[in-house]
Amino acid sequence: MPINPVIKLDAIEKTYHTGEVDVHAVRGVSLDILPGEFVAIMGSSGSGKSTMMNVIGALDRPTGGHYWLDGIDVSTLDRDELADVRNEKIGFVFQGFNLLSRTTALENVEMPMLYHRERISAHEQRERAMHCLELVGLAKRGDHHPNQLSGGQQQRVAIARALVNRPTLLLADEPTGNLDTQTSIEIMGVFQKLNDQGITIIMVTHELDVARFTKRMIILRDGKVVTDKAVEPRSVAEKELQLLRQEQQAVKLVKE
Amino acid sequence: MRIFASIRIAGRALRRNKMRSLLTMLGIIIGVGSVIAAVSLTSGATKQVEDQVSSLGESVVTVFSGNFTSGAQRGGWGSAPTLTVEDAKAIAALPNVVGVSPEVRDREQVLANGLNWNTQVMGESPDYPQIRNWGISSGVMFADTDVRSLAKTAVIGQTVADELFPGVNPIGQTVRIRNLPFLIVGVLAPKGFNLFGQDQDDTIVVPYSSHMHRITTRTFVNSILVQAANDKVINSVQNDITELLLTRHRSKEQDFTVRNQLELMQAVTATSRAMGFLLAGVAAVSLIVGGIGIMNIMLVSVTERTREIGIRMAVGARAADILVQFLIEAVTLSAIGGGIGIAGGVLISDLVGYWQHMPTVTPFGWIGIAFASSAVIGVISGFYPAWKASQLDPIDALRYE
Repeated sequence: MPINPVIKLDAIEKTYHTGEVDVHAVRGVSLDILPGEFVAIMGSSGSGKSTMMNVIGALDRPTGGHYWLDGIDVSTLDRDELADVRNEKIGFVFQGFNLLSRTTALENVEMPMLYHRERISAHEQRERAMHCLELVGLAKRGDHHPNQLSGGQQQRVAIARALVNRPTLLLADEPTGNLDTQTSIEIMGVFQKLNDQGITIIMVTHELDVARFTKRMIILRDGKVVTDKAVEPRSVAEKELQLLRQEQQAVKLVKE
Repeated sequence: MRIFASIRIAGRALRRNKMRSLLTMLGIIIGVGSVIAAVSLTSGATKQVEDQVSSLGESVVTVFSGNFTSGAQRGGWGSAPTLTVEDAKAIAALPNVVGVSPEVRDREQVLANGLNWNTQVMGESPDYPQIRNWGISSGVMFADTDVRSLAKTAVIGQTVADELFPGVNPIGQTVRIRNLPFLIVGVLAPKGFNLFGQDQDDTIVVPYSSHMHRITTRTFVNSILVQAANDKVINSVQNDITELLLTRHRSKEQDFTVRNQLELMQAVTATSRAMGFLLAGVAAVSLIVGGIGIMNIMLVSVTERTREIGIRMAVGARAADILVQFLIEAVTLSAIGGGIGIAGGVLISDLVGYWQHMPTVTPFGWIGIAFASSAVIGVISGFYPAWKASQLDPIDALRYE
């Protein structure tokens, strides 16, 4: 029996009508992403990767083609149905973390459950949020506010928030863009660990170093797929961290 | 239901900007507070007047004799000798009439206990205390037999009792009216001043027959007090009396006037209703001003929190969720403002009433209206900003800096 793809894109097009000129941001992208994949979508600015991200994230509808997410034809849904799809099927991780300020980490993680179609009891919300914070290694920081957390910690909270509604897909938009090298590798380690547990992840990035941590690389140029290949050799976060630490010790950046 | 979640979110957002929330509420607080204070003070005053009106008696119809015109000289009400005791007896036979008292009034210098006093001497029937809703504090009212026998019995008001019998029980004593000794059988309960500032207790009540035959020598009465069974039949009783008297007097012109307590009451309530409309106008203006303040701040708040709205939409908030969240924020602001305003208004009116010795009535109806309308103002003024927030595009909102 063939495995049903999590994402099936069929000749997706997106055209923006701005003034007199039509901007063709995406011109016919077709691809399948299977459960358990870890995909990097790459491309320079203007390549259409942000638009792809918005379409895959059900934030925007394509102007042409079809998009099936977990068997649902997302391209035909209305605003409210798209909101429900985002809530139940997709976990977002953004470049700028996008946590609510003056709201504790735990409450940030609980937030998507407030908008779930089925009512989740306060007790269960708390339990699920705590569980997700444990997954990203921040169980003890639940009562901290975002401004009391480092960038890496904030991104971990954001990942926990993305996981809390048990989505079929984790969608990360430049998740390491605001982080230093070491923290970036740590965050990629979190993604790799989650992917090992079977979670499908799609990540948009323009950094090749970061893309090497994924399993499959899709490169867009001018709204079309130009490269779609397995990542070889693949970086493993634990090893990369060790290497980095050795280098840092060599120049006495950190204590031995 | 996610309403509770929305209320929690709204509460948190308002607590985050305490000073701003308070200043936003201030418009509603001042508006509602001043209206509640004004209403409780004015309705206190109205209540006082109404109490005085009802102290004249309940469901009472008064028949005055017409004005007496002699040549070019015109007398006032009660000057024409048109009403008789027989008229009163005929009225007593009408349906729904439960008490009748022909009234004769006169001022006399009276003597008792070695003291003298000028007071109003009234001729009435034994129904008088019942009609006027006036209790007897000690002794009894004179009886029908006293009326028939032109008895020299009297019931005196508290002021007369105090002036003529200081420290002495007046019951069983005599008071001399035009040198005739009247036996005091009862003392009327203190009633205080009437609407026009007259001391109602400065009076002596005797049987009307004794008054007409022994004190004055009159064949007519000044007025006839009639008590109807209740307020609902008061108008029909009034009409019956008019008809009856027109027939009895066989006159083309109405030589008497029939008034009821309700008319006086209506005159008083008309004043307070006019005051009420005025206050409602002020309230409406101040609530609108408060509402504009709320709308202004909500618009600022939506712009400030565009990114937050984007985040919420990205994780699955529907447009309606965002709308409800901001609406609840606006309603919470205005409802809390209304609540504080009501408490403040009641407090202020009580303080003013206490210092100025003015009666106050806590206007529960107005409190309900004030609270409801401040909540409605919250919905109205919050709707546009909330709708604006709900129509944001999640992609643009997420990118908003």
